[in-house]
Amino acid sequence: MTALIVLVPIVPAGVAALTAIVGWRPATRWLPVAACVAVSGLGIALAVHVLHTGAVTAIGGQLRVDALSALMLVLIGLVGTISSAYSVAYLRTELTTGATSPQRARLFASLMQLTIAAMCLVVIADNLGVLWVAIETTTVATVLLVGHRRDRTSVEASWKYLVLGSVGVATALMGTVLVYFVSRHSGGAASTALNWSTLVERAPHLDAGAVRVAMGFVIVGYGTKAGLAPLHSWLPDAYSQAPAPAAALMAGALSTMSMYALLRFKVIADITLGPDYVRTLLLIAALMSLAAAASLMVTQRDYKRLLAYSSVEHMGLIALAAAIGSPLAMSAALLHMIGNGLAKSVAFSTSGEMLFATHTTRIDGVRGLLHQRPFIAATFGVCLFALLGLPPFSILASEIAIVRAGLDDGLAWTVAAALILMLVIFTAVLVHALHMLAGRADGATGGHSTTPHITSVTAGVPLVGGLLVAAAIGITIWPISALLHAAAEVLAR
Amino acid sequence: MSTTRFVQLLDLSAGLVLVTSFAALWLRRLVTVTWVIAVQGIALAAVAMVLGVHEHETELMLIALMVGALRGVVLPGLILRAVRAGDEHREVESLINVPAALLAASGLTLVAYATTRDVVALSSTPQVRALPLGIAVMLIGMLLIVTRRKAVLQIMGVLMLDNGIALVMFLGTSGVPLAVELGIASDVLLAMFILQVLTTRIRTKFGSTDLDQLRELRD
Repeated sequence: MTALIVLVPIVPAGVAALTAIVGWRPATRWLPVAACVAVSGLGIALAVHVLHTGAVTAIGGQLRVDALSALMLVLIGLVGTISSAYSVAYLRTELTTGATSPQRARLFASLMQLTIAAMCLVVIADNLGVLWVAIETTTVATVLLVGHRRDRTSVEASWKYLVLGSVGVATALMGTVLVYFVSRHSGGAASTALNWSTLVERAPHLDAGAVRVAMGFVIVGYGTKAGLAPLHSWLPDAYSQAPAPAAALMAGALSTMSMYALLRFKVIADITLGPDYVRTLLLIAALMSLAAAASLMVTQRDYKRLLAYSSVEHMGLIALAAAIGSPLAMSAALLHMIGNGLAKSVAFSTSGEMLFATHTTRIDGVRGLLHQRPFIAATFGVCLFALLGLPPFSILASEIAIVRAGLDDGLAWTVAAALILMLVIFTAVLVHALHMLAGRADGATGGHSTTPHITSVTAGVPLVGGLLVAAAIGITIWPISALLHAAAEVLAR
Repeated sequence: MSTTRFVQLLDLSAGLVLVTSFAALWLRRLVTVTWVIAVQGIALAAVAMVLGVHEHETELMLIALMVGALRGVVLPGLILRAVRAGDEHREVESLINVPAALLAASGLTLVAYATTRDVVALSSTPQVRALPLGIAVMLIGMLLIVTRRKAVLQIMGVLMLDNGIALVMFLGTSGVPLAVELGIASDVLLAMFILQVLTTRIRTKFGSTDLDQLRELRD
């Protein structure tokens, strides 16, 4: 098992290195997809093992895989597969239209795999310092991905993302350092004082006042990186300017990684401080995120930004579930991560095809898409339905579970406020979707019926495949239910 | 090293880290501010060195040398190149004037002391008593980022923020384990490098590195 754990980040990192050396070539272009499938496969193998024997460690306890890590590995693998597979068609189109050069394609493909490798390290690191290093690595790599097009808007977006991202991640580092300080002063050995498993064991003996200060830094820091309001302002810029496959990876998996880090810290803080402190902070962030998303989705004029604000909404919902904190709520939070990850990565990938077909990201530039581009329109529409929580997708189930858990926990008013905001978002997205998909394009609204771009099978398969997996999880939860419950056990109070 | 000498040297170097962050708000020429940041990096390395000598920790002394080279020489050197390349070593614009900035920085220092009372209470060593300085430097770094509209100054703000964290790291726990320390250092180096690359791109695309021009993306 030790070998399997070590292998997880090495596979995508190896492909990243190989792509950086040999470039973006027809012979090796499917290797990234194979690496991501391998990550899912390793995740499943580790999950089966962990469910039977409990958490396993490697390299002297530096790496540790429990049910939660295994579940996250499967998610990274799935989202990575969708976004890497779509990258193949995306880069081919960009190279044929001259939008990018072979050099940039090489950098792009390599950085995608590097990000995936770093995300794998995030979820298998037991040492919270190593976890931080991995998250910072994803920031640095994705900044270059956001800046892939190198025009004015993408430079602006990558600058804002790197500065605000650095500030956020640095704040989280300050929190991590303070946790280490507290841990050392309660008698922890230097080598294990930052290990999550050790900290959970020692949590009752940590100094409450100092942990409170540290947790404040951690929540603000990782919350910024996850895209929780009020520090979400980098997110719509970055997601809308990033190339579609990169946006798919960031929205589908990367923001979840910061949430994952936050939840790991929350376990420690809940034992040391009791649940109220973290709960209050998370409830504020959750409601602010929902409110920010709702207000900006109503008036939104750009469909990629619309998807970006949908990410703010779903991160807010996950934060709400985490604030509730019961086993049911934590299962719902994790299921929501998976549902959002799959639907959002397909949605952003489809937005790439839409951009190729219509040459615009403006909502009013796209009209009558169902008539002109039935495949793109249908895929995009289904993604939006999935994100809104319509059956057969799993977001419906996780949202119902969050509401139920909230009511059980006496948070009726908060849940009611969240529901109202979700209703606003539901209406807003539906109106935008109808506008884009239905009707007939006329010349005045910028129909581009003569555009030659045809969605290839290579582009279509990952989109449909991703949606099928999402629907399958929504229809029957049993393949992952045991893992989901075990992972929720790790997090629940 | 006698205890009094140790405390004096420690307070001197840690104090210098804070003083330089105030100076960065106060000085007007970009090149001078870059030098101040370099001095801050050296002062930070001095803190680590004093601690290393005091505790007879060879590893910490090595880290001190590494920190001095990285934060005192390499990173300020990178920034200085960006400053020179841009021909922008003139006056620095700020959203708030100098007295207001200094006042805000003093306020942030008080905030740093107030919020870390529980942390400092854990131990009575001279290192830990100086720990709020690190938080203060971090907050002043954020202030620099928020109030300055030049790309290189925001880079310096990010670097100052990291220096503040490193100061807390050394004072609180004599540094985190070496593997993590190396990871942090390489990530900081990488982030700084990419910030510089982006500065160049901003200059090619927008003509200057005035961040007020970055306003095409909005809802």
